[in-house]
Amino acid sequence: MTQSDFLKSVLPFKDKVFRLAKRLLVSTEEAEDATQELYFKLWRNKEKLAEYKNVEAFAMTMTKNYCFDRLKSKQASNLTLVHSNYKEKGTALEKKLEYRDSVSQVHRLIENLPEQQKLVIQLRDIEDYDFEEIGKMLDLKPSTVRVSLSRARKTIREELIKQHNYGVI
Amino acid sequence: MELSKIESLLEKYLNAETSLQEEVTLKNYFLSGDVAPEFKEYEAMFSYFNHSKAETLKTPLQLNSKKTNWKWLSVAASVALLVSVYVGNGYLAEKQARQQYAQITSALQLLSSNLNKGNEAMANLYVYEDTVNKIFKPSK
Repeated sequence: MTQSDFLKSVLPFKDKVFRLAKRLLVSTEEAEDATQELYFKLWRNKEKLAEYKNVEAFAMTMTKNYCFDRLKSKQASNLTLVHSNYKEKGTALEKKLEYRDSVSQVHRLIENLPEQQKLVIQLRDIEDYDFEEIGKMLDLKPSTVRVSLSRARKTIREELIKQHNYGVI
Repeated sequence: MELSKIESLLEKYLNAETSLQEEVTLKNYFLSGDVAPEFKEYEAMFSYFNHSKAETLKTPLQLNSKKTNWKWLSVAASVALLVSVYVGNGYLAEKQARQQYAQITSALQLLSSNLNKGNEAMANLYVYEDTVNKIFKPSK
């Protein structure tokens, strides 16, 4: 496998790897380092990559495992909570504050979910993978993925309603 | 889009029974900016998902690890250290040998000069013996 073949097969999902890493490691710098490290690993194992039918799923599994190891070894001691800035265009000024608040609220709510639900919501609602693929990535049955996703979605919705009195009107 | 349809889709969504296709329909509705007030919480969720999806890796990826360079550097450094210790050791041994040689040489020189003094004294004795022999011719 030459370098250009390799890049062609792994570069398309580099942002997905990065986003998954960031979901788990929280900080952008940590996620960038992790992505870099994972691509070294993929490059070193490039001969084996050809054997995998779904390189992308394999890479996502690697990302998950790598981030878990990272979290375990660091015990989250020097990880800082970094909240992204949400730049939204076209929202009316008076609405903007409240809107931004509830959007970043979702970020925090996902952060508080159990690891498995966090992964599932990232892979489904943000990356749009189907249950079969997510099951392969996380080594779970598709039915387990479904249950986990349903719980995560319900939790986020309920917390949002609690904090904003949405839907009470 | 009729609200009743959205409502039933949302119920399926919460049970994780919607297909990816149906989720696209929901997403389009909630990102349209015209959301019924009773579904406001979903607007925040779908906006957040949409927003997160747009985040990209900003740093360029490198395939040639800097780390391996450091590894080779340390190997090179240890080899250099070994070689210098070896060469230095040889030099030290040579220096010590030269010092010993110089010490022994000077000691031997001292000995030989003292021996020569003795020889000179002996030469005087021979002269004395000759003279004695001239005067008192020994009888055979």
